[in-house]
Amino acid sequence: MSNYVSLTYLDLVFASSFLVLNGALSLWLKLGLERKLTIASVRMIVQLLLVGLLLKSLFAVVSPLLTALVAAAMIILAGREVWARQDRKLSGLWGFSLGTGAMMFSGVTITVIALTTQIQPDPWWTPRFALPLFGMVLGNSMTGISLSLDTLNTAANRERSAIEAQLLLGRSKWEAMRPFTRRALRTGFMPIINSMAATGIVSLPGMMTGQIMSGVDPTEAVKYQLLVMFLIGGSTGLGVLMAVLGSVYRLTDERHRLRLDRLRH
Amino acid sequence: MITVSSLQRSGLGRVDFTVDDGECLAITGPSGAGKSLLMRAIVDLDPNTGEVATAQLTRSETPAPEWRKHVALLPSETGWWLDNVSEHFSEPTETAKLMPIVGLSPDALNWEVARLSSGERHRLGLLRCLEGMPKVLLLDEPTAALDPETTLKVEAMLQVLLSKGITIILVTHDPAQPARLGCKTMLIENGQVVA
Repeated sequence: MSNYVSLTYLDLVFASSFLVLNGALSLWLKLGLERKLTIASVRMIVQLLLVGLLLKSLFAVVSPLLTALVAAAMIILAGREVWARQDRKLSGLWGFSLGTGAMMFSGVTITVIALTTQIQPDPWWTPRFALPLFGMVLGNSMTGISLSLDTLNTAANRERSAIEAQLLLGRSKWEAMRPFTRRALRTGFMPIINSMAATGIVSLPGMMTGQIMSGVDPTEAVKYQLLVMFLIGGSTGLGVLMAVLGSVYRLTDERHRLRLDRLRH
Repeated sequence: MITVSSLQRSGLGRVDFTVDDGECLAITGPSGAGKSLLMRAIVDLDPNTGEVATAQLTRSETPAPEWRKHVALLPSETGWWLDNVSEHFSEPTETAKLMPIVGLSPDALNWEVARLSSGERHRLGLLRCLEGMPKVLLLDEPTAALDPETTLKVEAMLQVLLSKGITIILVTHDPAQPARLGCKTMLIENGQVVA
């Protein structure tokens, strides 16, 4: 790209001085935020520098095995995050594998389809395309799935008498869980719906901003952004649906009972 | 008629009994003895082993939803999942006709659930149970939240159900209630049937 403006490390040091100013303000106003601010900034710097180096070497090697390994590590880290973000979660192996499995299935399926049919780099798994795309898809599914599972499990626990009252009237487990299933699905879809509605009005999406600043024609950047939003919307929806239905399945049994004993206490 | 054989679950030892059509069994015992656990086990709401059968159906051969329409349980805490009272009934107009019998004004059907007292919830819960025309009725402390006068109204309704051949099993802490209803009694202590 002809008009790409490269940043020096000195530029970054200068930009970070505003953050340092925030820390100084926190000390002066006794907000007690300086510690958290420092830790978060240092984590961000280290993580991003490392990921930059990792991606650089991965892009240089272009190995299918290494690309797959990195994708697998991303899934496991995202799965742990989904697990940790739920106040009430399924006990045992289900707790981790339900969210992770749903995210893996929807994220991998959608990313692979997008790479093989729409973006079509050669080879299709070229890490420069596959990993950033997979990261965006996974990150958004992660938010949706953890929100929806937390909503469902919390509601099942709190609304036990309402669910069992329906079971006692001879309704099936799916019918009895329906009001709470629906609420969980809505909660999971909300972030992506909100971000689709607001995108381009309040702020330009980060990926599009990055492309524009690195010299890409804005209409081309918009096309890429739309593609990414469609993929994110699709994979979040599919992942949330799988995770919620899986959790309803696990929280009930074949005799149409509510099994709160399968939640972690 | 209902026959319970070798029923066992966590918190409750083996239970066997039979109650005939139009008969009533009162389960008594201290709080926490396992009376409600037994009621829940009979309708298969918690994992348990053993067999339960009526003259028409055997539990293990009946899908759970169908079994729970046939053998209905009114738990001590009634559940509500929508905002308005009437939305919880499949035949609100039929229910409205029965409400005065248990001392409720039919207006209450148009209320929000949050406005109901615990006694009102319980009586409405009982009417909701009856909509499915169960053959066996399990009632967990059906009159605990009611004044003596209303208790007699509910008991009169239960007498009518018994005379129609419906089997009733109820949990009660009122020592005089079994005699008023003409029930046999069963005493549970520490998860065991003692008498």
